Amino acid sequence: MNRLDNNQPRTHVIDRDFLEHRAKLIDLAAFLDRCERAEGSDDFRLRALRAAIPLLIDGQAERARRVLESFSDPTNEPIAEAPGKGASGAWEGSH
Amino acid sequence: MRYIDPHAHMVSRTTDDYEKMALAGCRALTEPAFWAGYDRCSAEGFRDYFNQLTAIEPARARTYGIHHFTWLCINPKEAEDVGFAREVMQVIPEFLPKDNVLGIGEIGLNKNSKNELRVLEEHLEIAAQHQALVLVHTPHLEDKQKGTRLIMEAVRNQPTIDPGRVLIDHVEEHTVKEVLDGGFWGGMTLYPDTKCTAKRAADILETCGTERLWMNSACDWGPSNPLSVPTAALELQARGHHPEAIDHVIFKNPMNFLRQAPAFAKRAEAIDVGHPPQ
Ligand SMILES: [Zn+2]
Repeated sequence: MNRLDNNQPRTHVIDRDFLEHRAKLIDLAAFLDRCERAEGSDDFRLRALRAAIPLLIDGQAERARRVLESFSDPTNEPIAEAPGKGASGAWEGSH
Repeated sequence: MRYIDPHAHMVSRTTDDYEKMALAGCRALTEPAFWAGYDRCSAEGFRDYFNQLTAIEPARARTYGIHHFTWLCINPKEAEDVGFAREVMQVIPEFLPKDNVLGIGEIGLNKNSKNELRVLEEHLEIAAQHQALVLVHTPHLEDKQKGTRLIMEAVRNQPTIDPGRVLIDHVEEHTVKEVLDGGFWGGMTLYPDTKCTAKRAADILETCGTERLWMNSACDWGPSNPLSVPTAALELQARGHHPEAIDHVIFKNPMNFLRQAPAFAKRAEAIDVGHPPQ
């Protein structure tokens, strides 16, 4: 297979990308705080987000694939009718 | 740098974008038929759109030295009304012989409904009858993985369509391996919030290999960047990848898939050496 072998040292990856992802993590924390301050009930999207977070630190590989799968509709059959055009980002039946 | 953007909705972009893409090294782009952001109210509205895709956009692109190609269909977002979709599908064959038409696309699924699937199957029948290449849109977000599997099954049910002539677009980490293992081509769409970022696309190329994969901007009327392919090339460069390997991904791969369409094959040499369209 024709691969793009990644020969970057880990320090190079961290030097380039750490601050960007540190900022994204703080954004996520602030988003959860903001949701908690806002009045209203819990939401399947928030539940899906919380359910995905432990995947980041479970020590297993392929985190991106597994996070995407955790947000996905796991059923196999086509649905009877499209309920509209949009997607919400999390499967309502999953959490 | 030279590149091909194999998925760009230029009807929604300005001529400034054509100029920027040309300056960044875009030699050719392909424009699938898509949803306008509202439902069109007649099949004649699609006839106008197909005229725009086969006559107006190629002329705009030519001004900037970019070869413009297109794909025709009624997109899955408007496919819930099967009767209407059939009226539009009847219009498609008259445009297939135009000299910038590559095939049928972007067909696929949106919410994975039975009617969407029926319309997808009928589009695949048109592709099979005309031996046309196929460009497939996979659903958004939570619907993607299920939809990708339903789409691959629908293609396999059309035994005359070779998966090597079908590109399944908008793959991400949870769909890319199944698509490639099925013998299909995969497209990675570089979007700011949904689909793939440039960094994740580079990760996928590093872990899945570069065969049968391409990257596109899918720039349209929503949040998107017409320069996202060269931006991803810069990411690959910053990671130390060889210029030839980058050229393979952003130029040779799309060339190799697209030249299976006679309309592209006719101009492949000109695109390869950098001659503008006539
Ligand atoms: Zn598109």
